[in-house]
Amino acid sequence: MVAHKPSSVDQLVELIATASAEGTKLELRGGGSKAPIGADREAQIVDMRGFSGVVDYDPPELVLTVRAGTPLADVQKLVESQDQMLAFEPFDHGPLLGKPTGQATIGGVVAAGVAGSGRLTAGSARDHLLGFTAVSGRAERFVGGGKVVKNVTGYDLPKLVAASWGRLIAVTELTLKVLPRPRVTSTMAIEGLGHHQAQAAMAVAMGSAAEVGATAHLPAFDGRPALTLFRIQGFSPSVAARCAALPGIVGAHGRAMALPEDEAAAHWIAVRDVAPLASAATLWRINLPPTGGPRLVDRLAPLGACWLFDWAGGLVWLGFDGAPALVRLAAETEGGHAMLMRSPDGIRNSVPMQHPRAPGVAALEARVRRAFDPAGVFETGRFLDMPDAH
Amino acid sequence: MSLKMPEPDAAVLARRDDIVEALRRIVPGEGVISEEAELRPFESDGLTAYRQPPMVVVLPENVTQVSAILRWCHEQGVKVVPRGAGTSLSGGALPLADGVLLGMAKFNRVLDISYDDRIAVVQPGVTNLAITKAVEGAGFYYAPDPSSQIACTIGGNIAENSGGVHCLKYGLTTNNVLGVELVTIEGEVLRLGGRHLDPAGLDLLGVVVGSEGLLGVVTEVTVRILPKPETARAVLVGFPTVESAGQCVAEVIAAGIIPAGMEMMDRPAIHAAEAFVKVGYPLDVDALLIVELDGPAAECDYLIEEVARIASVNGAVSLRVSNDDDERLAFWAGRKAAFPAVGRIAPDYYCMDGTIPRRHLPEVLRRMALLSEQYGLGVANVFHAGDGNLHPLILYDAHKPGDIERAEDFGNDILRLCVEMGGVLTGEHGVGVEKRDLMPVMFSQADLDHQQRVKCAFDPQLLLNPGKVFPTLHRCAELGRMHVHGGALPFPDLPRF
Repeated sequence: MVAHKPSSVDQLVELIATASAEGTKLELRGGGSKAPIGADREAQIVDMRGFSGVVDYDPPELVLTVRAGTPLADVQKLVESQDQMLAFEPFDHGPLLGKPTGQATIGGVVAAGVAGSGRLTAGSARDHLLGFTAVSGRAERFVGGGKVVKNVTGYDLPKLVAASWGRLIAVTELTLKVLPRPRVTSTMAIEGLGHHQAQAAMAVAMGSAAEVGATAHLPAFDGRPALTLFRIQGFSPSVAARCAALPGIVGAHGRAMALPEDEAAAHWIAVRDVAPLASAATLWRINLPPTGGPRLVDRLAPLGACWLFDWAGGLVWLGFDGAPALVRLAAETEGGHAMLMRSPDGIRNSVPMQHPRAPGVAALEARVRRAFDPAGVFETGRFLDMPDAH
Repeated sequence: MSLKMPEPDAAVLARRDDIVEALRRIVPGEGVISEEAELRPFESDGLTAYRQPPMVVVLPENVTQVSAILRWCHEQGVKVVPRGAGTSLSGGALPLADGVLLGMAKFNRVLDISYDDRIAVVQPGVTNLAITKAVEGAGFYYAPDPSSQIACTIGGNIAENSGGVHCLKYGLTTNNVLGVELVTIEGEVLRLGGRHLDPAGLDLLGVVVGSEGLLGVVTEVTVRILPKPETARAVLVGFPTVESAGQCVAEVIAAGIIPAGMEMMDRPAIHAAEAFVKVGYPLDVDALLIVELDGPAAECDYLIEEVARIASVNGAVSLRVSNDDDERLAFWAGRKAAFPAVGRIAPDYYCMDGTIPRRHLPEVLRRMALLSEQYGLGVANVFHAGDGNLHPLILYDAHKPGDIERAEDFGNDILRLCVEMGGVLTGEHGVGVEKRDLMPVMFSQADLDHQQRVKCAFDPQLLLNPGKVFPTLHRCAELGRMHVHGGALPFPDLPRF
């Protein structure tokens, strides 16, 4: 397969113009950690890691401008050195998809709309992408958004570009909002809750003044009892007061106990990497209203699905080897949608990775994609949602 | 003022009676307003310098009517300007002489609240504050709080991506909206997002928020609601110089503190506010900072000490910490009354809204003072210091010949200065008609064309709110042109819309 590694915007413009003229498809790629998601495609790879390095970092302004192919780990190390963080907690999908760790790039996690367990309170990549420089499918260089934290000048193109999976434009430079890193992190947990009770406990906690930043639920696994996790972060006196308050707040559902730091960190990593579902051949990521999570589990667990909850139940990770249509129907019934993250080749190449949209929305999305990429240079067939896909 | 709106279409004006008639068939009774005297109240929004009565006003009551109105206007090539409460400060709801003004005021019901999912589903004409009122009994609130929150509607907030003094910590509208029902100019009813986080595909909702009524008409909104912080405390600090106040702001953030609100006022604004509300603001300082912390009492008590310490280190000459809610609100009273207070010291004022990297504040204020001398007009500054969003209030007298034009030129120079410093034209008020012609200061033609093609994907005939945001209206066919290689468009089999 042909691969390109442009290192200047001019080279990228030329590459896209040529592909457009010749009818070649281009797949924009960072470290390739999420490449196994979606169907096989016949496209030339554009390795964006030639665009690497920090352009500008101004910690007091809470703004970081970085080239898209910069390794995520480098960006995280840099902001940590200033006691700051990318608050959307982007993470490396390598462990989830059978790839080596450490390959993810900042452009890749933004393009995939990645967010960690703090999504509920801290937002996703969309909420932290302030601006970008890019080359569109028209082989034109342009910018969107700005480089300050508050901006409503013109359309909010960064929102459209985050989670667009490289289907609109080739981003070369990103401006991200960064935030101070919490000084203290504590995790409390309730043991042994069923999924309905766990969701209820998480809802009470999220609706309380304890300012829980993240909450997740791991069902019983490998001899360990079910665990409902509550993460509380901030300045030390505040964390102490909120941790003291939480057991009373969730008391009707169970006894919340503080977890040792190491143990808690391991559990949050397990949630992030969906470790308990590692043996599931087919893995779904389901976004839905939190109260829908337990009902979805009621429907699919009897058919053999294994699962865990993040985002207070608003994100269900589901391992299920049964019919994909059952998962999509269950997600839709609860007002959500299901993304196919990992599956055997037969499923991956026949079931669209993203939940199909209503026809009117799908048509509008296609028009928006054509607005940035009229010739379909970035339409590689990965998504199985083009009219000629079947 | 010098603003040019698109030339009214004489053919459309000639058909006015037919258009009114057709709208009456869709919205019977008093929902169609066509008498000249009754159109007057709609002739401007919060930016009163610009006035234009609409051709006709229609006030639909349900989504079926909205869809039918838009479909009819689309078929007939009639322009539509959507309007919420009409509080826009950038002329976003300024009517068109040959356009239908689509008022959403009758969409005023709260439809559903789920505390377990922490969402409220409301119609777009519900006011920002009414959402909080609907959920506060259960200890919740809706976080974005634009200063007009008592009057502005959530539909308008979506159009403008409204902020407020608390948005550094809690985000703008876009960070607090989960879903909308949107009617396209073709009358199609779409659902973008829902009651869950993140959409399945492209984040179309993300681009609809802040699109200033150019992409569609929102008929239902799902917002996130948050538990009300347990306590809030504020500190009021006076500084001898703007530099020292700015340094204090930077050090508060460097200390890892994201305050709920952090507001700065300059000397003219302090004096105007104190003269108006008499809350004891120090008058011998060049900059006044209000820092509000919210959250658990233990956190507020701890952080207020931290902020006070940082302020002292940075040369604060006066410092008061609120001991109860009355005192906290008194600190805010002057800031919240800053606009009307400035209104008392000059017959008219013009409110600007640029954002700058905070570190440039002293230089921006210095150069603004020079511009003030050059134009012979006073200026008072209030500043959302945490996020760099500056609101210079230019003082002028509309009855003095040439004053309006000078104020406008002064304002434009301030916004050019913001962009020069690495900032943007508008932090929260929107582009509207006001900053439309300055867009090329910040964006190249290629940048603007890429934005406008998104408009074309939603509204190819450019019928929704034309004349706003974009300085020049290119026909979509013209924008869609591709560089053709070898005489043929690549991929003839790909659908093009």
